[in-house]
Amino acid sequence: MFEIRIHSRGGQGGVTAARLLALAAIYDGKHATAAPFYGAERRGAPIVSFVRIDDKPVRIYSQIRKPDMVVVLDASVMDVVDVLSGLKEGGKVLVNSRQKREFAGFKSASVDLTGIALKENLVVSGSPILNTPVIGALAKMGIVSVDSAKKAIKEMFTDERNVRVAETAYQELIA
Amino acid sequence: MKKIATGNKAVAEAVKQIVPDVVAAYPITPQTEIVEQIAEFVTGGELKSRYIPVESEHSAMAACIGASITGARTFTATSSHGLLYMHEMTNWAAGARLPVVMANVNRSIGPGWNIWAEHTDALQERDTGWLQVYVSTVQEAYDATIMAFRIAEHHDVLLPVMVNLDGFVLSHLMQPLDTIEVGDFIPPLSLPHAIDTNNPAGYGGLTGTDQHFLMRWDMERSIRDSVKVIEETEKEFARRFGREYGFTENYQCDDAEVIVVAMGTLGKEMEVAVDLLRKEGVKAGSLRIRWLRPFPNLSILKGKEVVIIDRDYSFGRGGVLATEIVAQTKEDVFSVIAGLGGQEVTYDDIADFVRKRQVGKEFWFGVKDNV
Repeated sequence: MFEIRIHSRGGQGGVTAARLLALAAIYDGKHATAAPFYGAERRGAPIVSFVRIDDKPVRIYSQIRKPDMVVVLDASVMDVVDVLSGLKEGGKVLVNSRQKREFAGFKSASVDLTGIALKENLVVSGSPILNTPVIGALAKMGIVSVDSAKKAIKEMFTDERNVRVAETAYQELIA
Repeated sequence: MKKIATGNKAVAEAVKQIVPDVVAAYPITPQTEIVEQIAEFVTGGELKSRYIPVESEHSAMAACIGASITGARTFTATSSHGLLYMHEMTNWAAGARLPVVMANVNRSIGPGWNIWAEHTDALQERDTGWLQVYVSTVQEAYDATIMAFRIAEHHDVLLPVMVNLDGFVLSHLMQPLDTIEVGDFIPPLSLPHAIDTNNPAGYGGLTGTDQHFLMRWDMERSIRDSVKVIEETEKEFARRFGREYGFTENYQCDDAEVIVVAMGTLGKEMEVAVDLLRKEGVKAGSLRIRWLRPFPNLSILKGKEVVIIDRDYSFGRGGVLATEIVAQTKEDVFSVIAGLGGQEVTYDDIADFVRKRQVGKEFWFGVKDNV
């Protein structure tokens, strides 16, 4: 089983990113679940969502304590939350950042999701869309296949810019 | 087409497939998404049901009762305090022998004010004459909602059915969902005692002792007969659609020396605890109770050590499941009270309950020195 914890702020699309990722994994022929943290979510507050991917049906409902991977959609969350908490030794970290970020003991990757979304003017209610480009970055990291990532995005969004930002993030990932 | 859906969306998808004549509901966390989605299907023309937005849950059930007695197929959904507010009317629906189907998203009762998973809401409806099923996956929420209509409307039953899913843990969890075309799996509803203007009759009038008594017995006879109807319905569902369900879901029980019992999502996560315990050499099994009413035959537990997890409590008596099971098996169990108010209970915790079991005792998880 591969367990991913996604850190974001309420309204940034962390839950949708989890859903897209799980859907892409299902298109890959895997079993997957996606869940928000069941709290009182508020716009702007740090939140987490969870994705589990496995070859067998997922029977675990509790929160992910020891993730294989952590995804940070908003780097400012790192000032208030220990995003590396419980991350397995040698685990993967993906951060939305213009600069390359290194985390000792972990496989670190960065990509400027915000910049990519802004370049396409992919902005909803004043917030750049991060959940579709991040799927492209995750495909580059081998979490899901490129075909399934695109298929999942197309299934959930009709605006083609969502596929384009995923392709850009795929190309611009710094690992 | 493979989909991904939350438990709430799965229930709404099932309702869309069934096409009830009337849906009357009032939104409440964490059930809201069910009624939002159904309302969207109706306004978008995808679902040809009459949607009645009501001012309370009491009215939601009353509207379902009024529609149902004319022979209309009805659905509603609620949770927690909404269910309790319906309580007078849930009794009425069962007593009037109306096959209303309801999804209840299990949530604790306040105070302390809390919106997370607990089974106390539905268990307070235990003695109303409703059939109750508890599900553990998004797919099962969908399948059980569809089957609920066939069971409720069967002439040997004619009682309402409540489909229970854990608040947030399942209502908001996204899992794969395969949708189906029900076809004639759900035959047209024919209510034998529907209001017929050509044959006027009195409904809800004063009923003498003898008649009232016989009506109560008739409810009990029907709920006993529902066992066969449920078995037939689940068998036919498996034949047509390939997914099997039963009164319980048993995992590794055959050679088990200790069996852990629960309902809802905990009843699924505990399978992972069983795998863990088996690796340690503990011959463990798990039994997830699906149908609470009618209550299943649990003779499989006889002679085994039993650990029961109750996500509920009956004050002054004990865990509801534990109490019911001990009444049937006449054997002591280790009763664990856990998960109240959405308390996080992991497979590690469940494995620990089994390792540290003390048959004959009651244990409140997370409370110090309580065994």
